[in-house]
Amino acid sequence: MLIDSPVGSSELEGRLRAALPADVDHASARLVDERAEHLRVRRHELDPIFNQFDTGVMITIWHGGGIGYAATSDLSESGVARAVDTAREWARITAGAMVTTAAPSGHAVGSYESPVEVSWDSMPLADRLDLLHQQSRLLGIDDRIVDWSASLVRREVDQLLLTTSRDGGEGRVEQRFRFLYPGLRATANEGTNTQTRTFGATAFCGQGGAEVLGRFGFGDAATRIAEQSLELLSAPNCPSGVMELLLAPDQMVLQIHESIGHPLELDRILGDERNYAGTSFVTTDMFGSFPYGSDLLNVTFDPTVPGQLASYGFDDDGTPARRQHLIENGVLVRGLGGEVSQERSGVPGVANSRATSWNRPPIDRMANLNVEPGDSTVDELVNSIEDGVYMHTNTSWSIDDSRNKFQFGCEYGQRVVDGEIVGTVRNPGYRGVSSTFWRNLTGVADRDSFTVMGTPNCGKGELNQQVGTGHASPACLFADVEVFGGEQ
Amino acid sequence: MSASPSTAGDAQGYFDELVTAATESLTGAEVLLANVAGERTDFIRLNNGDVRQAGTIDQRVLSIDLIEGQRHVAGSISLSGERRSDDARVMALLARLREQRAHVLDDPFLLYNTDTVSTERVETGAIPAPDAALADIRTAAAGRDLVGIYASGDTYSGFGNSLGQRNWFQSATFNLDWCFYLRSDKAAKNLYAGFEWNEDAFAAKIDWSARQLAALERDPVDLPPGEYRTFLAPRAVEEITQLLSWYGAFGRRAHETRQTPLLKMLVDDVTLSPLVNISEDTGGGVAPNFQSSGFVRPDRVPLVTNGVYTDTLVSPRSAQEFGIATNGAGDDEEPESLAISPGDVPTDAVNEALGTGLYVGNLWYLNFSDQAACRTTGMTRFATFWMDDGEIVAPVNVLRFDDTAFHLLGDRLEGLTDSADVLLDTSTYGQRSTASQRLPGALVSAMRFVL
Repeated sequence: MLIDSPVGSSELEGRLRAALPADVDHASARLVDERAEHLRVRRHELDPIFNQFDTGVMITIWHGGGIGYAATSDLSESGVARAVDTAREWARITAGAMVTTAAPSGHAVGSYESPVEVSWDSMPLADRLDLLHQQSRLLGIDDRIVDWSASLVRREVDQLLLTTSRDGGEGRVEQRFRFLYPGLRATANEGTNTQTRTFGATAFCGQGGAEVLGRFGFGDAATRIAEQSLELLSAPNCPSGVMELLLAPDQMVLQIHESIGHPLELDRILGDERNYAGTSFVTTDMFGSFPYGSDLLNVTFDPTVPGQLASYGFDDDGTPARRQHLIENGVLVRGLGGEVSQERSGVPGVANSRATSWNRPPIDRMANLNVEPGDSTVDELVNSIEDGVYMHTNTSWSIDDSRNKFQFGCEYGQRVVDGEIVGTVRNPGYRGVSSTFWRNLTGVADRDSFTVMGTPNCGKGELNQQVGTGHASPACLFADVEVFGGEQ
Repeated sequence: MSASPSTAGDAQGYFDELVTAATESLTGAEVLLANVAGERTDFIRLNNGDVRQAGTIDQRVLSIDLIEGQRHVAGSISLSGERRSDDARVMALLARLREQRAHVLDDPFLLYNTDTVSTERVETGAIPAPDAALADIRTAAAGRDLVGIYASGDTYSGFGNSLGQRNWFQSATFNLDWCFYLRSDKAAKNLYAGFEWNEDAFAAKIDWSARQLAALERDPVDLPPGEYRTFLAPRAVEEITQLLSWYGAFGRRAHETRQTPLLKMLVDDVTLSPLVNISEDTGGGVAPNFQSSGFVRPDRVPLVTNGVYTDTLVSPRSAQEFGIATNGAGDDEEPESLAISPGDVPTDAVNEALGTGLYVGNLWYLNFSDQAACRTTGMTRFATFWMDDGEIVAPVNVLRFDDTAFHLLGDRLEGLTDSADVLLDTSTYGQRSTASQRLPGALVSAMRFVL
């Protein structure tokens, strides 16, 4: 019973369907079943294998100008009935006091399933552990490497959304997600100098089976990561100054996430997040005209990319998801807000009302937020730089609560002078302001460097929620950026 | 909200029954360690004084580590609260763990408590019904832009093993974490939390926020990058200590593997100010005093004494790996009840002590510019004021700082306030947190701002 998902159980589905009241304006049951396996070998020793099984349902009732949520892991008939009563009571309490009473319109019917080329189950546990021990041996190659690890996390999440309303309408959306999160890490030290290199930080992950490993070159990365951690020990600090900045895709992930994704969330713009995650420098009147970036900047919300971390068929309100431009040729055209936020703000949005699991209500989240490729090769971008740094792999991120003044740090930098990479630099960092930074985008690499990645743990919301978001990008070049290194 | 048969009230007995049943199913020399974490939380999310989302979360997760000799595998399941169903899920989990255990070797770092030290701490509360709390909050918010979250109810955690040990922690609390917003990013942040809702205490909090909101009405100023004399309120100090904690400043593993941001204290004998005394103060906190392998924590672990590195938090795995004794730390070796001792700057006269400079109420989104050097960056947030001769001149638009704790809590620290605030962690990732910090404010002769 731990292995078989309850999503697909006709008995449970019938129980949930029967429990949803017919005498309220709108009601839903969102059943989520999650199964995960965490494997990690650290310093040649296997951490305890950890298995996770989590199942529950969120009942939501819209009625009489109120909305109530009730989440429970008790899926018995009486447990579900109690949750319905609780949600109904909350709808009564909140009637007349709500920011919005908008319910999702319509009732979606459909399904989604992660594309899987090579089933994870085709690789026995012994083989998975052997793979990690092998990577550990490739990472721990020098006494100066003081800590290292290789890890694999596999998650399966099945969801069933049932909806009903007083007019007799009914919806049913079934989605089955398969995720893989590979990880490699090497930390080298000499004195007060400690340097870490990783496998794309946490960005090299996605939907699928064992093929996700090959997608990011997991089997070939350990030696490079270990050698680069040692290389950084003897590299000079990144220089300081205003210069050109070339960002590799595994740094672009965070740049997109923090300074495009979050500012465009309509619930932030509407003020829901001001006590915690923050507000936004973007205002509703900017959509349709604001020059967010140079005309090279094209950003899409695209939940249809096969294998990307946040691909799906429907959001958690049941809105069908599709590819849409948020920024087109530099101009802001659309926000990141689900149906409810669109109604509240009057701003066009997308299908991105998402919850971390059964125990949280959905809010506006990023899904796959991608910078579309340009037409330069990475070599051409490097060759165009007179004085700059090429930075790889995020290690530090910080931005103000309006998502404007940011600072990022990267694991690995390469100094570029007169069109040539002339050496490695350590502790590379840069800072800027979102509302002007993207207008200094001077080069976007082509599809050859376009990498489909994700961020597994985006935090937001009260109650707090962590969800995975997807980001894809080629390498991108920016002019006139304040760059710095370590110590000082 | 109406009670259900699966509320936290009977959670302790239920956990004991599950562990006892699981113990009876063990074979051979198997040892079982079990932990439960649960809550029944009512929440009301507010924006502009109205309800954005409201409801109830009823959840409990059971974790099991199944050991035979030095081989073990772990897992967790959500519990329904219905005994027959949960027994079946526990047995299915045990079967899976046995199956996987066949594939693992002895774990040289396995360590669990074999001294059966059972403990119990139950904190009851007087929490208002959700509709009453909502009415109080909306009354207080009338005419103001209140945004935030109210969460209340039971949280609990327990440990049990097949050796007969049982530990239980349970508390009934409420937590209103809110801002009054003036405009754009100008807001007065406040928190009202505890075990018993008191209308007078709540009114005092509201009054404080209203006064701070009034101070924010002056036209804000932009300060250029540079170094400014600064007072960091306890909530701002909390952001610094939290970042240090997350990145292993007080954990043994990060020290041994040279990843601690306090690396210079280990390698170069750098010190913080002699005014700084930091400890893990479990006895004075509100978190459980036991951890997931059954070790009971001492009331206090000194971490930094008079500015000098003293000790670290040592998890059972680190104890085995590095050949030292555990002091009951969790696997992440992060403080849950960190405390900095107060100093001698009168708390009611910090404005005068600051004189001319920045009063920083809150910091936000900290991270490292250079972790090995403990160089830290982050933003000011909410109420930050420019002060002249102890008087508020104007609120300050957000600033980015880039500085190191070796300055802020080191050679540029002029003093700490003579009282420390108990700051409850408002985090609700996964479940409502029971962590807290007890911190004074810090007066700093110069803090470096860069953007």
